[in-house]
Amino acid sequence: MDIAQLGALFLYFLMLAFLAVGGAPSVLPEMHRYVVDVHAWMTSTQFAELYALAQVAPGPNVMYIPLIGWRVAGWLGAAATTIPFVMPSVTVTLLVAHLHARYPKAALGAAIRRGLTPITIGLIFASGWILLPAVNHDWRGYVLTVLTVIVVLRTSLNPIWLLSAGAVAGMVGLVPN
Amino acid sequence: MQPPELHAPRVTPLDLFVAFTLITLISFGGVLFWMRRLIVERREWLTDQEFVEIVALANLLPGVNGINMAVMIGYRFSRWTGVAASLAGFLAAPCLMVTAIGVLHHRYGALPLVQDALIGMSAVAVGLLLSTAAKLAAVLQRSALPWLFVALAFLGVGVMRFPLLVVLAVLAPLAIAAAWKGKL
Repeated sequence: MDIAQLGALFLYFLMLAFLAVGGAPSVLPEMHRYVVDVHAWMTSTQFAELYALAQVAPGPNVMYIPLIGWRVAGWLGAAATTIPFVMPSVTVTLLVAHLHARYPKAALGAAIRRGLTPITIGLIFASGWILLPAVNHDWRGYVLTVLTVIVVLRTSLNPIWLLSAGAVAGMVGLVPN
Repeated sequence: MQPPELHAPRVTPLDLFVAFTLITLISFGGVLFWMRRLIVERREWLTDQEFVEIVALANLLPGVNGINMAVMIGYRFSRWTGVAASLAGFLAAPCLMVTAIGVLHHRYGALPLVQDALIGMSAVAVGLLLSTAAKLAAVLQRSALPWLFVALAFLGVGVMRFPLLVVLAVLAPLAIAAAWKGKL
């Protein structure tokens, strides 16, 4: 891939970043159209596999973006998709972080932060609630989830053990698909 | 000069880089639980109240929540170098790992055993997320109004499945007004 094509990839993902108002998943169909239908850089199946791999791997779930870039044009491709995709939101966040640090006692800022606190907690509960039926296909999965909540709230056990136990339970078929 | 804050630990860019590398590498199924565990419980860089405010702003701002949180926490402790260190820590290791996994997958395809393990781990990951919400709820005052907003946000997004933007557009101004009048 030559420099002009890399530049086009960069600009395209920059545009996607501005479109991703509802979060990264909202631009997935558009990304698919561009990468699979328009440029035929990969098949639809390969695209879906890259997306699934990124959900499995550690780190933020948007790791499919460097992965797609990497498949298209190696490391330069990964940079040409990832950097423009995160740049706009990082800039806005920096601005807010700067205002927060510059005026930590500003009454409006304090009201915004305090006001958003209960909403944020409600939203985290909602995320868990939505994920419950998505990841648990029968009662055994729910038992594992509830046990996790109890252990985390009641003990100081490192949750890495819980994740390992979950992995083993899945492998021996205790938590069916 | 600002008066020194009650809770202002010294955190270097290297500390930030190491912390965010650890968080990102361990954060299967969601960054939030592990970020709170390391930054609030283990390192004690932030209180639960400070942490939940950062989560709130990161949610509200466009982009990836985890990246926004890395930017804000990095900036808070060492400005630009802090942001660079946090982002590098948060993104470098996953970039390497995800491409490594991509290469392996390209060669060997999906392993059924890995798929099975992931199902069990996902069940645990949801539990971790729910327990994070429960722990953060400890910062709320023991009065009805904050819990009303918790319930409305939960019902709107979790049960009614309204778009997040709509729920925030309705609830955020009300909650901010309530906080402005000292009721939250």
